[in-house]
Amino acid sequence: MRHLDRSVSTLFALLTLALMLVGGCKKPASEGGAPAAGSAAAPQKADEPTTVTLQGSGASFPAPLYSRWFREFSAKNPNIRVNYQATGSGAGIKAFTAGQTDFGASDAAMTDEEIKQAQDNVVLLPMTAGHIVLAYNLPEVKELKLSRDAYAGIFLGEITKWNDPKIASENPGVKLPATAITPVNRSDGSGTTFVFTQHLSAISDKWKKGPGTGKSVNWPAKAAVGGAKNDGVAALIQRTPGAIGYIEYVYAATSNQPTAILQNKAGKYVAPTPEAAAAALSHVELPADLRAWVTDPEGDDSYPIATYTWILAKKKYADKTKADSLKALLKWCLADGQALSKELHYLPLPANVTEKVSKAVETIE
Amino acid sequence: MSATAATPRPQIARPPTAWQTGSNVVFRGLTHAFAGAVVVLLAGIVFEVMRHASGAMAKYGAGFVTGSVWDANRNEFGILPEIGGTLYTSFWALLLAGFLGVTLALVLSQGFLGKRSELVMKNVVELLAAIPSVVYGLWGIFVLVPLLRGPAGFLNDHFPNFPLFSTRLSGPGILPASLVLAIMILPTVTAVSREAMAAVPPRLAAAAYGLGATRWEVIFRVTLPTASGGIFGALVLGLGRAFGETMALAMLAGNAPNFSWSLFSPGNTLAALLANHFPEAGEFEVGALMYAALVLLLITLAVNIIGSLIMLRATAGLKGLR
Repeated sequence: MRHLDRSVSTLFALLTLALMLVGGCKKPASEGGAPAAGSAAAPQKADEPTTVTLQGSGASFPAPLYSRWFREFSAKNPNIRVNYQATGSGAGIKAFTAGQTDFGASDAAMTDEEIKQAQDNVVLLPMTAGHIVLAYNLPEVKELKLSRDAYAGIFLGEITKWNDPKIASENPGVKLPATAITPVNRSDGSGTTFVFTQHLSAISDKWKKGPGTGKSVNWPAKAAVGGAKNDGVAALIQRTPGAIGYIEYVYAATSNQPTAILQNKAGKYVAPTPEAAAAALSHVELPADLRAWVTDPEGDDSYPIATYTWILAKKKYADKTKADSLKALLKWCLADGQALSKELHYLPLPANVTEKVSKAVETIE
Repeated sequence: MSATAATPRPQIARPPTAWQTGSNVVFRGLTHAFAGAVVVLLAGIVFEVMRHASGAMAKYGAGFVTGSVWDANRNEFGILPEIGGTLYTSFWALLLAGFLGVTLALVLSQGFLGKRSELVMKNVVELLAAIPSVVYGLWGIFVLVPLLRGPAGFLNDHFPNFPLFSTRLSGPGILPASLVLAIMILPTVTAVSREAMAAVPPRLAAAAYGLGATRWEVIFRVTLPTASGGIFGALVLGLGRAFGETMALAMLAGNAPNFSWSLFSPGNTLAALLANHFPEAGEFEVGALMYAALVLLLITLAVNIIGSLIMLRATAGLKGLR
């Protein structure tokens, strides 16, 4: 009886396997029969049943956009699969340098030292851009203007009440409550923190000499609390009256949280619209290594806190098909993919930038 | 086959076959190997943590434990506020969960409820242990903190000089963290102390009743003292869990690197520090984090050893009863 049971289950397993094999073989054949318009850029390997899998990990800020890109790309090119893990910029750089992934992603690009550790075998490719907003929780305040001194002062812990004259003087006619300010920061290391503290260092000497720039810093404000990831910070702001914190624009836009209007380098007050952030990017010329930070953009209409985010690729891959697949993927992201950026509240790259980045993609071997 | 038919010996008196002796040896070997593996695993973990921490230990020494600044930018690391926060939140959680848990265990073990409702209650409490940490954290942020804000504000307004109420509760802080922690360790405390109370020999209680003791007297003079070793063990287990709890605290303690006696101020714990900083940590910071992990390990170990010693003393007088 035992024997019979076992042989029946073996037979069943074999049958399943056979079915799976047949099903698996059928798919590429049918896809090959109907050439999709979008797959022109992909290597022509429809007759080969092998699929290329690209592993990537890194920044969580562009992760929603990346996963959408990679999904759409794989739908058009079924023989290329892309796995992306949003592990955070730092972890992404580490995994990429250690050769665990085929590409990395980072909000803070890579430092010279990190590039050296990767044996200089790396190309930094700005893929999209975003901006950081200051979301606040003051139910009765619809519009809040913050001068450069004011928001630096809040995060330095020097301004502790919402009706502080430094805030009130810029907001005539707005009834600011006497409640305490709770600055909210990221508790985990993050590229978002890097970009935000880099901006604060650029506008405030005190910040530069104090906490400085980094993926995690020693937050000076006594009342400050920390939340994990963008959504953790957003939830804390939403739930804490009198709170103010920095989050990616996407998170404020999707949750309809009020955001502060910030004073830029030219002294003008600019609302954090995608247009204003794009204006900020347009004032920065990308250098040859495509590593540029928009620490404190010029221009009357520039929103002050914007940044590129990078994909890290190797200059030379050992596996030729991998290199070709990655190039196809990146080219698609720079061309068709940019249209999706706007839909997901990211900033599409300016035309001159995509041109430069595309040239860099071509150098990948 | 034919041999067994020929010998009419009863099966029970048969000497063990080679298969039986063999499987016995293999089974014994396996149990030893697995028991040993646990020890090796623990030793391996401690060794690995120490190996990674050695650089930071040499560099920061004791100053690491007494320093209070965690600044990865300047490679300056100190974990005093986190040690304080871990002990402080765990203390409040244990106080609350200990009181609640032992009371619950009493109700569940002394026949106050019918057998059926006892079973239901017991399972409901144990179900608390099945709720994921993240859910506790979210519940804390979205339900508990808004509920606490009113009373906390009242206490702060009226007793601003009392150290426990000296700051305002903005959102996350020691109090919500401790409350959620208490709920999280409640199942452990309840289940283990209930077992201990149920294990008290019924003849003891019967003898006390026979001498004319009231129910109150039996519970407080006989059952609780007899079960005290087990109850204490429950509290130590609960404390151990509280020290290591990570996710809910990372969401509720506030992740602020300073320590205050005020229940309403934000703080941080060692486990939350580790969880928050590991993914993006650079080379130096990883060493420092490993050092912090080692400190957490030592604290837990110390608590367990002290707990076991106290338990040994408490149960020493009850040897004859078991």
